[in-house]
Amino acid sequence: MSQHAHHTGDAPEPTGGQQHVEGAPPSDAAGVSEEARLVEALRQGDEQAFTSLIDRYHPALLRLAQVYLPDRAAAEEAVQETWVGVLQGIRQFEGRASLKTWIFRILMNRAKTHALREGRSIPFSALAEAGEDDGEPTVDPQRFLPPDHPKWPGHWVSFPQSWEDIPEDRLLSLETQGRIQQAIQALSPSQREVITLRDIEGWSSDEVCNFLNISQANQRVLLHRARAQVRQALENYLKDE
Amino acid sequence: MNTANELSCKEVVELVTGYLEHALLAETQAHMEAHLADCPGCRTYLLQIQQTITLLRALSQEPAFPETKEHLLRLFEQWKNSNLAQ
Repeated sequence: MSQHAHHTGDAPEPTGGQQHVEGAPPSDAAGVSEEARLVEALRQGDEQAFTSLIDRYHPALLRLAQVYLPDRAAAEEAVQETWVGVLQGIRQFEGRASLKTWIFRILMNRAKTHALREGRSIPFSALAEAGEDDGEPTVDPQRFLPPDHPKWPGHWVSFPQSWEDIPEDRLLSLETQGRIQQAIQALSPSQREVITLRDIEGWSSDEVCNFLNISQANQRVLLHRARAQVRQALENYLKDE
Repeated sequence: MNTANELSCKEVVELVTGYLEHALLAETQAHMEAHLADCPGCRTYLLQIQQTITLLRALSQEPAFPETKEHLLRLFEQWKNSNLAQ
């Protein structure tokens, strides 16, 4: 369908296509029209619109790509393909998902294709993984007193050591960040997806559930196990001074 | 000694994400709060999970990427030229 009816970049409607009103996401009107303007400007070949999208999403796309493709060069390639995909597909973008979700979906598909080609295991089924939650404890049971303890069953043998006295520049150092990255790499692929989107990118739980197509409960299981493992890695690292 | 209503530390550490996500049943939430009020170890654990989240969030502060950006803008020019020629 031809889109030539658009004259300027400030058309108030989300898209020029059919069904756009019913399909518009129920988010705040300002966000939707800003997005509609960006989409329209991009269709018109406005470089500024493209630059602002890159600035906004490129770093996050690269981090998500690395969830599937730990090799940085492969991840960068997938992100570049994503941007090409965005440009090629922008005319067909109908606004049924948000622009952000649409872009990240393209990325996920490209990255998974690359990962499959490389023979990597990928989180096709976060649902299955979360469903298989075996109730394994996330903290070493040895750290708690046994269930038959006369006074304090299930209580800490000794309290975790507070990080309050650790200077902030140590907590935020590149070395500490490296340890966190390592801990993330050691997670299962589905846990890695969820913790990356929720805690690194700061997506809401609704956004993540929708994007990964999992329930809130499943997401919580994955997030809980992932956070507990990263915390444990930090504890191990921060205590050997 | 734990009564039926009390949570042990071992149970509390498995509830922290539900607690932070406001996803616990009201009753469990109340037991969790009562436990936290009395237990410095679990308060530390909860705080460490929150500190972990803060440190994870800091990973999103990545440096600029001028070379990649230049490259992407060249791709954009190519797309624009072929696109508008259609």
